[in-house]
Amino acid sequence: MSKLIAAAKQEGTLNVIALPPTWANYGAIIADFQKKYGIKVNSALPDGSSQQEVNAVKTENGTAKAPDVLDIGMAVALANTSLFAPYQVSTWADIPAAQKDAGGLWYQDYGGYMAVGYSSKFGTITSLSQLLGPKFKNAVALNGNPTSANAALNGVMMASLAEGGSASSIADGVSFFQKLKAAGNFSPVQATGATIKAGTTPVVFNWDYLNLPSYVGVSNWKVFIPSNAVLGGYYAQAINKNAPHPAAARLWEEFLYSQDAAGGQNLWLEGGARPVEQPAMSSNGSLNGAAAGKLPTVSGTPVFLSATQATDAANYLAANWAKAVG
Amino acid sequence: MAAAATTETGARPSRAGRRWSIPAVAGTFPFLGYVAVFLLWPTGIVVVDALKNPNGSWAVSNITELGNPLVRGYFIGSFKLCLLTSVVGAVLGAVLAYAVASGNPDGVVRKLYLSASGVLAQNGGVTLAFAFLVLVGPVGLLFHASWFYQFPWGIGLIYTYFQVPLMVLVFLPAIDGLKVQWREASESLGASAWQYWRYVGGPLLAPAFLGATLLLFANALSAFATIEAWENQIAYVVPQQISTALSSEVGLSNVNVADLLALGMVITVAIVMTAYALLQRRAARWLR
Repeated sequence: MSKLIAAAKQEGTLNVIALPPTWANYGAIIADFQKKYGIKVNSALPDGSSQQEVNAVKTENGTAKAPDVLDIGMAVALANTSLFAPYQVSTWADIPAAQKDAGGLWYQDYGGYMAVGYSSKFGTITSLSQLLGPKFKNAVALNGNPTSANAALNGVMMASLAEGGSASSIADGVSFFQKLKAAGNFSPVQATGATIKAGTTPVVFNWDYLNLPSYVGVSNWKVFIPSNAVLGGYYAQAINKNAPHPAAARLWEEFLYSQDAAGGQNLWLEGGARPVEQPAMSSNGSLNGAAAGKLPTVSGTPVFLSATQATDAANYLAANWAKAVG
Repeated sequence: MAAAATTETGARPSRAGRRWSIPAVAGTFPFLGYVAVFLLWPTGIVVVDALKNPNGSWAVSNITELGNPLVRGYFIGSFKLCLLTSVVGAVLGAVLAYAVASGNPDGVVRKLYLSASGVLAQNGGVTLAFAFLVLVGPVGLLFHASWFYQFPWGIGLIYTYFQVPLMVLVFLPAIDGLKVQWREASESLGASAWQYWRYVGGPLLAPAFLGATLLLFANALSAFATIEAWENQIAYVVPQQISTALSSEVGLSNVNVADLLALGMVITVAIVMTAYALLQRRAARWLR
């Protein structure tokens, strides 16, 4: 570890990509890493998508500005393992086996559950079918186009589960949004902090950690996770195999997977995301209990999409989404 | 006039300038180089990659994808939006340009209109879409436009906001070119206002009007940030679907499909340009 720190300090720089400072506490994580190790972090394209991260690895391959480390959705991770260098962080054993590549090419980092965030002017929402009612005119938005953004695909899948569908078919979710559109309740606007503050997107389907009042910056904002549709999703870390700063990249992963009070796992938790080592940290006592207590409560058995289920859902959406809601 | 000019001795020798003289040709290099690097090369890449597989082998059959009903839908959407906003923008802009032109040429109003048009024609993207969203969206401050999310009406309204000033800018010089004497001549020959516009003003302005409308069409065709901020959950137009093909993180990204869609846009512009050239020739027939 001390050798790694010395080598990383020698490199002096780390290139990260697509890490919005307000997302899962990344602003603080980057600042703390810079302060702790004196390594400069270049943050490129903070609002980029996972696919754009991979595109950057390919197009900037061999240059000093190529991304060293990636934080990507599972579909993109599994499709691009040939670009990654295997690495196992020192807390490797605490990552559940289903959430990492046995060879260490990728390892899930943090995640959350799909949730409905909504303005408290609507009272309390207890089921998704309420959203079809007349008071939600032009109110309900996804976070992006589900054929493009992972969070939006999962939003449609959550609706599918709530409508009694299974994770193997997203069709019920698409017909839910078709009904929503027919009722005039679907809002196609890109939901951002600004549109939420302006009141143009008062109901948003998004990951719970992106839907907390503290994240959207609106105090009268509530979060609801339907008990019959608890849909989880995790992002994954990977190291670019041709990283211009290989030691800094590995030190960054050690920092992210550190269980220290000021380490990456607890920092994610403070940002409202659920770190992958949370179960292990909960038993060994290193978890920040106060931060964990602030997370939205979840009742019911969480569902996680398998790679095949996610691909099937994407293909179904490619053929049917525009037709259903366009 | 033409006959008179050629009998003048000075006219012939100037034709010798058509021969390739080295300094004259060298003078075009920066332009040709610019066109090659920023237009021909990227277009070439788009065309070549559009006809390849993700693994790099040739797949000319990709082109049939342009006939796929889904893909056709994006082009129909683009076409609807461009036609609507270019025609509405051109008509409103032309009327406005005429109003400005008939005022005092050195007046404050004209200067105000021109500088405002210069600024507003460049006003697009997220800020513009957000402004409309907040003012006239379903929970707008001014009024609640329930049709705001209906494609192409809401986004058409937003596009018109930058199309009209652009039309004013590009069409005003043509109107300024209408000589007062022409109007006086037709009036002294007994022409009514309608006859003047039908036989003199209209035909004179037609080529410029068509050209400007085409510019507005192309302007709307390539716009992306504005419509993406207006709505980003459904792809209505080709640039949105190109974005999905480039950056989909759910496994639907395919650079070759993006190139193919871009090729489709190149073909669209080529068709529109051809139609424009034919119309222009028809409209300007009397000039020859």
